[in-house]
Amino acid sequence: MGDILGLVGKRLGLGLVILLVISIIIFFMVELLPGDIAQAVLGQGATEDNLAALRKEMGLDKPAIVRYLGWLSGAVTFDFGASVVTKEPVISLIGERFMNTLFLAAYAAVIAVPVAIILGILVALLRNSIFDRVANVATLTSISSPEFFLGYILILYFSVKWGMFPAISSLSEGMTLGELLQRTFLPALTLVLVVVAHMMRMTRAAIINLLASPYIEMARLKGTPPWKVIVKHALPNAWAPIINVVALNLAYLITGVVLVEVVFVYPGIGQALVDAVSKRDFPVVQACCLIFAATFILLNLAADVGAILTNPRLRHPK
Amino acid sequence: MKKVKDQMMIDRLADAAREGRISRRSFMNYSVAAGMTASAATGLWGTSAKAAPSKGGNFRLGAHDGNTSDTHDPGTYVTFSMIQVAHTFRAYLTLIEPDGTLGPDVASEWSATPDAKEWTFKINENATFHSGAKVTANDVIASMNHHRGEESTSAAKALLADVVDLVDNGDNSVTFKLGSANADLPWLMTDYHLPIIPANDDGTANWQSGDGCGPYKLTSAEFGVNYTFERHDGWHLEGAYFDAVEVIVLNDPNARQTALVTGDVDAVTQLELKTLALLQRDPNLLIDNVPSAAAITMPMLVDTAPFDNVDVRNALKLSVNREELIEKIAFGAASVGNDFHHSPAMPYWPDIEQRQYDPDQAKSLLKKAGAEGLEVNLSVADSVYSGAVDMCVLYSEHAKAAGIKINVVREPNDGYYSDVWLKKPWCAVQWGARPTPDVMYSLAYKDDAAWNESRWKNPRFNELLRQAKAELDDAKRAEMYREMATLARDDGGTVIPFFPNFVYARRKNVGHGENLAASWPCDGARAASRWWFEG
Repeated sequence: MGDILGLVGKRLGLGLVILLVISIIIFFMVELLPGDIAQAVLGQGATEDNLAALRKEMGLDKPAIVRYLGWLSGAVTFDFGASVVTKEPVISLIGERFMNTLFLAAYAAVIAVPVAIILGILVALLRNSIFDRVANVATLTSISSPEFFLGYILILYFSVKWGMFPAISSLSEGMTLGELLQRTFLPALTLVLVVVAHMMRMTRAAIINLLASPYIEMARLKGTPPWKVIVKHALPNAWAPIINVVALNLAYLITGVVLVEVVFVYPGIGQALVDAVSKRDFPVVQACCLIFAATFILLNLAADVGAILTNPRLRHPK
Repeated sequence: MKKVKDQMMIDRLADAAREGRISRRSFMNYSVAAGMTASAATGLWGTSAKAAPSKGGNFRLGAHDGNTSDTHDPGTYVTFSMIQVAHTFRAYLTLIEPDGTLGPDVASEWSATPDAKEWTFKINENATFHSGAKVTANDVIASMNHHRGEESTSAAKALLADVVDLVDNGDNSVTFKLGSANADLPWLMTDYHLPIIPANDDGTANWQSGDGCGPYKLTSAEFGVNYTFERHDGWHLEGAYFDAVEVIVLNDPNARQTALVTGDVDAVTQLELKTLALLQRDPNLLIDNVPSAAAITMPMLVDTAPFDNVDVRNALKLSVNREELIEKIAFGAASVGNDFHHSPAMPYWPDIEQRQYDPDQAKSLLKKAGAEGLEVNLSVADSVYSGAVDMCVLYSEHAKAAGIKINVVREPNDGYYSDVWLKKPWCAVQWGARPTPDVMYSLAYKDDAAWNESRWKNPRFNELLRQAKAELDDAKRAEMYREMATLARDDGGTVIPFFPNFVYARRKNVGHGENLAASWPCDGARAASRWWFEG
């Protein structure tokens, strides 16, 4: 166990370094964008005169490096600063939206992960059958279609034609959980369709890979029923690659939802990021990107820890 | 000939009038055509047309163009959704009536000294903020000062540059003292940046609180997402029929239109023109297609060769088939431009002979200028207008017939208005609607204007502009604007292919008056206070 804790500690330290590098890259990328905040805020209607006034008010007259270090010194004490445009603290601007994104990701994950793994086991069991082919074609079709297209198809049938679910997922205060689940069902379903194929096929491949092993042959020869061979003997050894793929897809559910948010008008963090980039609102862009980066780092770490915990050889190294 | 009364037609007209689908003028025309006498038709209109609009309901408006970084600071209002929101909970000194005339809002009346250098606005005694406080001269002065002075970051700073002093007369009126005459000042007060907001004790304007003196009070605001309002009882004007209003930001055109089709919203502020024909077939929707004062312009820098030659400029103006651009790019939802920036939706519009597509004449003008085989670059970006790049490509096809080669240069959307506009010799631009020709010309055609996008400096034009500003006689002003339009058309550096319409839609159960204000989408952004649910 001590090894795992050591590994987690080391990886978290490395993660912080990665975050620092990312924050530098993001800062200078935002700097490279043509135009600046003052122009983006005042739009076409800006004159040199009030651009200058606004730049001064926003502190843009200082050199880039000074602004970055100013932000960094705040960030290390968990003060991510305030939006340059609205002067609101970044935390209050994106906190609620991040919660919304997490909710949608969790909603989709709760459906997608069990469905994908169970389907994966079933198609491994019934491989090369009609069921296998249909499941593969269906999931590959959905993963190959762009998300917004899937979203539009779902809207066309579920809201325009059958009127079962609302076409837009705008949230309001005081919604019951039932209402919330109904309102956000279509975006969640879209995300499910996008991520299921990857996880399902990885489960299938990992299991089929193992089916050629001698110990599976042994289990078969002693008369174990096929489903038990897979669930009891093959699956435990297949967890490592499956966990990795699940982690990757969970990260995608959080960081890759911008298109789904736009199609369903869901107030998540992706839209906040797009808006912030178009306004060159550096602290908000920075916070969103760091959240995304941290999501990837943490989920990857979780996947590695998971892989170790499910593998006795790694758990008890000689 | 015997007049036959077409009873079926009359019944249908009566139905249309009852549901508010027809204007009084069209109703009269058709009724008389169907064989009724004018007086009978008037009677029928009175009995069938929507009487008083009914009160109640929660009006949900799907608005385009919203951003998470929007704020309540009126000086930085820039998105269409904030313009809708502003007109819902805030109020302005004056407003544009549905018929396009200027009407009272927070100011109940106004008057000028004969030299148009001092304007006095009397504040409506009944105007109150949502907090309950009366609107005072102090609030008006603080609201205007928010956009004035060195420190101001307001986009409306230029608009009020002429205001030298604001005086509280002590009788609930405010006098604006101007450095130079401006007969249009009451029109300027309709600008969306200039709502009346409560004053702080130190004389600054308190825009942060979200308090206003408009028809609805703001109950919640999540910028770039949605805004909710409830009726402000005791609002100083007629209207505000809905009990509650919700403005939902729907940036994606598909999401917006689907929400309207499925009834998730009651009206939307913009339709995608490509799908107009499909939406028209939906029996539950009513589409409003309103000519506006917004414009597509293509300014050429007249101090840069080859545009320094007026014959070259006019040859280019003659080499565009405007009708085809309107049909193919704007899907018919535009009014034709005539190379002066004064739309038929603006007051004082002069009816000047339309310039037609005439490649032969363009050719002869080029010959005269010695510029045969002209080759020019036209810069454009997608964000200028939906289909803007296609529009320029189509233009270059038209120009081929005149022997002109137009190279369409596609520029990035980002930074278009800082790196291309006012810098590249020829580019395409979209302008928002401005209330009067004076405002438009002063902004972009006056010789020393910061945004004189074609750098056109015509002494006679500028002389007329100055005179018209100070002219309080409407007939004389109209004559001046006619001459200015002719000058811009025949000497200026700007090609104006068309003025795009505002195209928006509502569910069938939403009613509105006979006319729709053309200043902003959805009845001058006042759908919340002017429209109603049919009983």
